[in-house]
Amino acid sequence: MKPQSPSPLSSLRSRVVAVAAAAAVLAGVAVTYTLQAAERAESADATSEFGLDRGKLYFRSTTEAAGRVARVPVSEDGGGGARTTGGPSCERFYAAAGTGLCLQRRAGIPPKSYAVVLDDRLREKRRIALTGIPNRARVSASGRMLSWTMFATGDSYAGSSFSTRTSILDTRTGYLIKNMEEIPLTLDGRRYHSPDVNYWGVTFAKDDNRFYATVSTKGKTYLVRGDMAKWSATALRSNVECPSLSPDNTRIAFKKRVRKGTRDPWRLYVLDLRTMREHPLAERHSVDDQAAWLDDDTLAYALPGADGRKQDIWTSRADGSGDPVLRVRGGSSPAAVR
Amino acid sequence: MYLATTDAVAKASEQEQSEARRGRVAGPVLALGAVSLVTDISSEMVTAVLPLYFVLQLGLSPLQFGFLDGLYNGVTALVRLAGGYAADRGGRHKLVAGGGYALSALSRLGLLLAGGATAGIGAALAADRIGKGVRTAPRDALISLSSPPDTLGRAFGVHRAMDTTGALLGPLAAFALLWATADAYDAVFVVSFCFGLLGVLMLVAFVPGHLSQVSLRPPRQDPERHRPAAARPRALALLRVPAFRRVLLAAALLGAATIGDAFLYLLLQRRLDFAISWFPLLPLGAAAVYLLLAIPAGRLGDRIGRRVPFLAGHVALLGGYVLLLAPTDGWPLLIGVLLLLGVFYAATDGVLMALVAPVVAQERRASGMAVLQTGQALARLVAAAGFGAAWTLWGVETALTCAVVALTVAVAGAAVLLPRSDTSSGGTS
Repeated sequence: MKPQSPSPLSSLRSRVVAVAAAAAVLAGVAVTYTLQAAERAESADATSEFGLDRGKLYFRSTTEAAGRVARVPVSEDGGGGARTTGGPSCERFYAAAGTGLCLQRRAGIPPKSYAVVLDDRLREKRRIALTGIPNRARVSASGRMLSWTMFATGDSYAGSSFSTRTSILDTRTGYLIKNMEEIPLTLDGRRYHSPDVNYWGVTFAKDDNRFYATVSTKGKTYLVRGDMAKWSATALRSNVECPSLSPDNTRIAFKKRVRKGTRDPWRLYVLDLRTMREHPLAERHSVDDQAAWLDDDTLAYALPGADGRKQDIWTSRADGSGDPVLRVRGGSSPAAVR
Repeated sequence: MYLATTDAVAKASEQEQSEARRGRVAGPVLALGAVSLVTDISSEMVTAVLPLYFVLQLGLSPLQFGFLDGLYNGVTALVRLAGGYAADRGGRHKLVAGGGYALSALSRLGLLLAGGATAGIGAALAADRIGKGVRTAPRDALISLSSPPDTLGRAFGVHRAMDTTGALLGPLAAFALLWATADAYDAVFVVSFCFGLLGVLMLVAFVPGHLSQVSLRPPRQDPERHRPAAARPRALALLRVPAFRRVLLAAALLGAATIGDAFLYLLLQRRLDFAISWFPLLPLGAAAVYLLLAIPAGRLGDRIGRRVPFLAGHVALLGGYVLLLAPTDGWPLLIGVLLLLGVFYAATDGVLMALVAPVVAQERRASGMAVLQTGQALARLVAAAGFGAAWTLWGVETALTCAVVALTVAVAGAAVLLPRSDTSSGGTS
């Protein structure tokens, strides 16, 4: 800086010193805070030694050890039960039998996402790089078939409509379908072609071949039944999103659009696959989640939390009776390992 | 009123004038450039991560975010006028600009404290935008008042180059922080606040507070006659100055034919079909070109008159539109469009301020710049809305063709409107 006249010159040095000192203090604050934040995050790997054990309810904790997988005993009642924390760090999590699926997201240029396959000790077995924002994750009852959905947009200004990419992984053969969009689809009895088809929320049957999923096209959502071996899909019914097949494979829990617009649009329903009759659950809040069956009678799902918590896990009876129960305070992505 | 009367200042003035001839810019301009650099690191850090923060951490939809963003950009236009007017009253440019910088810095703490509360985030965003709106015109007025008229282009070029350096570093710093802390957005806000506060302190310490200290121009160079009665600035009186009116009309006309960067990036993405995650990098490409060319464009304007680079910049933008219509593909298209967009900004942004400064009296400088910037911004808002509607109604090809025609007409109109002798060009040599 060039002094302009003798009078400010005398104070220029002191001003430089003052600003330099302030800069040093501010740099100290910035570095200290960042280091603390980095320490808080630590590694994404599990810190505690728990694996996928039967009779436990796994979930993503949003309070203690936020962002990590934790667990409580399935049998335990009430919301206050002690949880075991310190699992891997995941945006979405699901597990069944001896396989866990953890969707992660790492900041950077560009940001990266991963689907991480975990073994029965929650150790990493395989890592698949993806683009987009983790949205749904499912593991078939046997632990063989994995599926996940990513929002392809949302991290840009690229318009208001979202698009999804759903992948299916066969852990036995290692075969990965990165984007299931090309599956031949039959809608209203005819082979259907449209560039705007989007799939999400896959749920596998016991045979690890049949599956159900949501397909959306031209502003409507449909329940589709798919067949891995034949690689085909058939739309069964409209206004069904995020299907979840019951352990006995007779019913599907799903979210149904009951209101237009963005205010409280969804309600959870259960569809009986034999009669194709549906009924609502006792839960009256709008649920934007793929429900998880704890057993053949109970469904778990995440709702926005009370008291500033991000999310809570609630359960409702599948037959629509009773009242919803707050199951886990501060959690999402419920998965019961049976 | 704000004449340089003391010997010391007059001498400093001579010194600056001779330095200017040797290719340096005045101390206050460098100080303001440094303040802008640091402040832009602060603000672009937050801008870069906000969409991610909203959508990922808070679960707002992109639509909600877009709405908030658009709303506040509208507010900024009006606040800018108030900032310009307040700065001209009593020559409080530094005070008003400093207030704006401080408000934006404090808004980072607001984001931190708001947690997930939408109302709190809305308030913090509003504070940031108001701060940005308030400070811009007084800052540009300070730059123009600190520099001899024949070096204004270079002064604004240097300032914009420093400003853009900050804008480039900000997102890089933010993503590095997110990477290092595994998505600790609060760390981004805290570091951004520290940079913002440092910017305010630098402004307080190094930017002269009184116009009498910084004004280097003898009154005879004012095209508007110096009238003691005009000591109290009246913004509306500006519109009675024919030269100012013509610049304002030309800027608004060109602004109304500018479809907006977001659309250009979107068109690029559609044509090239690259992964959406690379989207945030596109503006960095254009900014790098802007950074490199801002000073040469300003110097060119000083030498041959500022209307030429200003018009040429818009011709470059026109070239970008044509390139998107042409059957170009792949890297040539990407590099071509980003290059032309960077040239457009380098040749128009600071240059317009240098173009308008000599036609507005010192005591109305901030108001004049505010009116011009607001006029341009509003025109661009209309253009973006119009282009969006045309895209929806007639498809992208037709909309783009319309934009090409509109911009061609606007450039021709502006060439007629802009005063030919915008400065005492050539007066120094």
